[in-house]
Amino acid sequence: MRSPLRPIGEAFWSVRWPLAALALLLAFNAAFTPGFFALEVRDGRLFGVLVDILNHGSRVAIVALGMTLVIATGGVDLSVGAVVAISGAVAATLVAQHGAPWPLAMGAALAVSLIAGVWNGVLVTVMRLQPIVATLILMVAGRGVAQLITDGLIITFESPPLAYLGNGSLLGLPVPVAMLAGAFVAFGLVSRRTTLGLFIESIGDNPPAARLAGVPDRLVVLLVYAVCGLCAGAAGLIDCSYIKAADANNAGQLLELDAILAVVLGGTSLAGGRFLLFGSVIGAMIMQTLTKTLYMQNVSADIAPAPKAIAVILVCLLQSPVVRERVRRMRGGGGA
Amino acid sequence: MESQAAPEPQSSSAAPRGAGVAPVLLAASGVSKRFGPVRALDRVDFGLRAGEIRALMGENGAGKSTLIKCMTGVYAPDAGEVRYQGRAASVGSPREAEALGVSTVYQEVNLIPHMTVAENICLGREPRRRWLGGCIRWRRVREKADAALGRLGVDVDPGREVASCSIAVQQLVAIARALDVNARVLILDEPTSSLDRDEVARLFGVMRHLRSQGLGIVFVTHFLEQVYAVSDSVTVLRDGTLVGTLPIAEVPRRRLVGMMVGREVEDHRPSADANAPGGPPRAEILRAEGLAKRGMLESVSLRVEAGETVGLAGLLGSGRTETARLLFGAARCDGGRLRIAGRDVRLRSPRAAIAHGIALTPENRRTEGVVPHLSVRENIALAVQARRGLRATLSGEESRRLAERYVAMLRIKTSSIETPVGQLSGGNQQKVLLARWLATEPRLLMLDEPTRGIDVAAKSEILRTIDELRQRGMSILFISSELEEVVRVCSRVVVLRDRRSIAELEGGELSEAAILNAIAEHQPANGRPGGGDA
Repeated sequence: MRSPLRPIGEAFWSVRWPLAALALLLAFNAAFTPGFFALEVRDGRLFGVLVDILNHGSRVAIVALGMTLVIATGGVDLSVGAVVAISGAVAATLVAQHGAPWPLAMGAALAVSLIAGVWNGVLVTVMRLQPIVATLILMVAGRGVAQLITDGLIITFESPPLAYLGNGSLLGLPVPVAMLAGAFVAFGLVSRRTTLGLFIESIGDNPPAARLAGVPDRLVVLLVYAVCGLCAGAAGLIDCSYIKAADANNAGQLLELDAILAVVLGGTSLAGGRFLLFGSVIGAMIMQTLTKTLYMQNVSADIAPAPKAIAVILVCLLQSPVVRERVRRMRGGGGA
Repeated sequence: MESQAAPEPQSSSAAPRGAGVAPVLLAASGVSKRFGPVRALDRVDFGLRAGEIRALMGENGAGKSTLIKCMTGVYAPDAGEVRYQGRAASVGSPREAEALGVSTVYQEVNLIPHMTVAENICLGREPRRRWLGGCIRWRRVREKADAALGRLGVDVDPGREVASCSIAVQQLVAIARALDVNARVLILDEPTSSLDRDEVARLFGVMRHLRSQGLGIVFVTHFLEQVYAVSDSVTVLRDGTLVGTLPIAEVPRRRLVGMMVGREVEDHRPSADANAPGGPPRAEILRAEGLAKRGMLESVSLRVEAGETVGLAGLLGSGRTETARLLFGAARCDGGRLRIAGRDVRLRSPRAAIAHGIALTPENRRTEGVVPHLSVRENIALAVQARRGLRATLSGEESRRLAERYVAMLRIKTSSIETPVGQLSGGNQQKVLLARWLATEPRLLMLDEPTRGIDVAAKSEILRTIDELRQRGMSILFISSELEEVVRVCSRVVVLRDRRSIAELEGGELSEAAILNAIAEHQPANGRPGGGDA
């Protein structure tokens, strides 16, 4: 008889290395960064460094969830940063310039993001472009589209419901955290309780075999890119909500790389196949914690990428089978 | 645009002119090569004269490519020596072999697709200026390419991009490139495997043209008829040893097939009464008439009835796998008719075939069959889930039960149903694939080389399972290069040769000897209209 808790145990076990890295980072901060773990409650809401990390990490994590599925099919989506900009631009412009009600603005932003994702998916599945090329198109052109929507301006808006996404709280935690939790549960249920997860992994692991087994490969891949676009759209809403404005130039800048890195840190192979949703969330949090740690250690923002790069390399090495094999052999050699 | 200036191809065998006096261009004597415990070549002798086209034949693992690689410097032979135009030399690389006048054109055309014909012919040896930093002399490149193509007697624009040329023309360009280094010996490794009939004729025209210029050509192929159409002599290898070298005029087809498979092909005439119909007529599951696809299959007709095991037999490259792929929608046919359960169908994808109750375990288990990092359970459930679609998902409990049932039924050896399939042995991987398709309860199960590369015990278990399935009313199309298996398992066998179905054997007339006989006996229908590539 299988324990109902076993899948959860397995989920934790499969991301033990990213978790260990995160724990190590937190331990470092416990020792060397004063006030890192300080929490306080104001107006029924938690404040503190950890809450900040969760808040900003959630935005990347939501994108990373969509990216995880794309990467699991053996693809990649470089356009998520641009889609974030488009989504924010659509929502802000509708609210600020056309006086649209907020549900319409949000719905339109998500719909446009979904279309962007479908566009990527069509290029990959129907036109058979390589994913990196197909999504590069929107990565480059998307920001232009966002500029077109905002007329090249930074559009500020006054809309409490829209601002709530980035600044409000739910059950004491920032709203993005709740959004991430919702997205994570939805992704987990859909990918594990339906065949979608199996299809995605079989396509990523052995494409011809999946096709010969009758897996509707094109439909699945199209769906995955569409979902990734939708995730980027949600992140775009959060992004513009933080600053109550749409900045087509800077919104989501380099987010695609953060998301890919989060997925890789989380243990999903860029070659496709097995994917770890939980790992990608942890990966996003590792990145955010690292950023915050460097900031609080007074490392200037200009040179912060260097120590960040070192930490990322370490985490990747930790997961490399070659390195682990070496370490095992060294240990075995020492014991003998 | 690409007209052919070479002599008209004729199917009458050209007599080897003065083969006795022409100098030996390439000779191997007593060449042996081992790979670990495997003896790939064992004291093989080979000699090619100027103006000779020599066919090199043998089944899988016979040692054809090892012999070629030993003669072109890819491998160093363990024993024996190779002589180039009479001089013994130890050659360390294909480039050195080229310098000694031996050029090779491999099966997959090794050209740079987005460069022009001229650039490809001269790649790596472009004429350069001695000054200006050795700039390439483009006009000379074109002239050289023109000359090389002219030598072949083909008319191709040297400025054309290679990717825009047909495969046949690419093949000719590769030959032109090979000859550009003053080659005296040209080795063609299965040059016709992706050409259609007209293109083959054109290639043969070029080969004859080169022969008339005194070149020696080694022609590796699996197509029997092509051997008789163009070669002067044939060398047969089997299991790494030389079976014999004979002038083609002295080898009847039956003897050639016998030399390749290693047993006598008797003149086997089935008794007439063996054809007596046994039992009531059964429902027809599938019927293919003249199934064809350009460059893949010329014309295959077969039918499968409910509850029977039909075999596809033929030599390597005869179109067995291609037939299965067309019947499964993995490739789309461009000729012929396909009826499933009495209705005309066009299969656009494997999904369409699966929806009709057809299943296929592909020949290449690793690259097209198993999904290595997924578990045994997931691999078994994959096709069932795919058939059900995205919405009707098997619950975890259902898929576990399914997996456990088939693991027990097929005696799949695995530590658990959650073990990644990539960790299982070849035989158990094959059983997992079998389970994947049995779980879909197909009407027709096609098995392409289900016993290749697995141990004897697993082999006999798989064969027994096939028989049990047939007894329970499943139809099976069984493909194997091991004739003994085909005869043991099948009640009817369709024999293929050179991408065509040529005979059907059943009942008392079915035996290994009869299959070999059919392959050897069959005369090609020369110039028959509607040859399949219409």
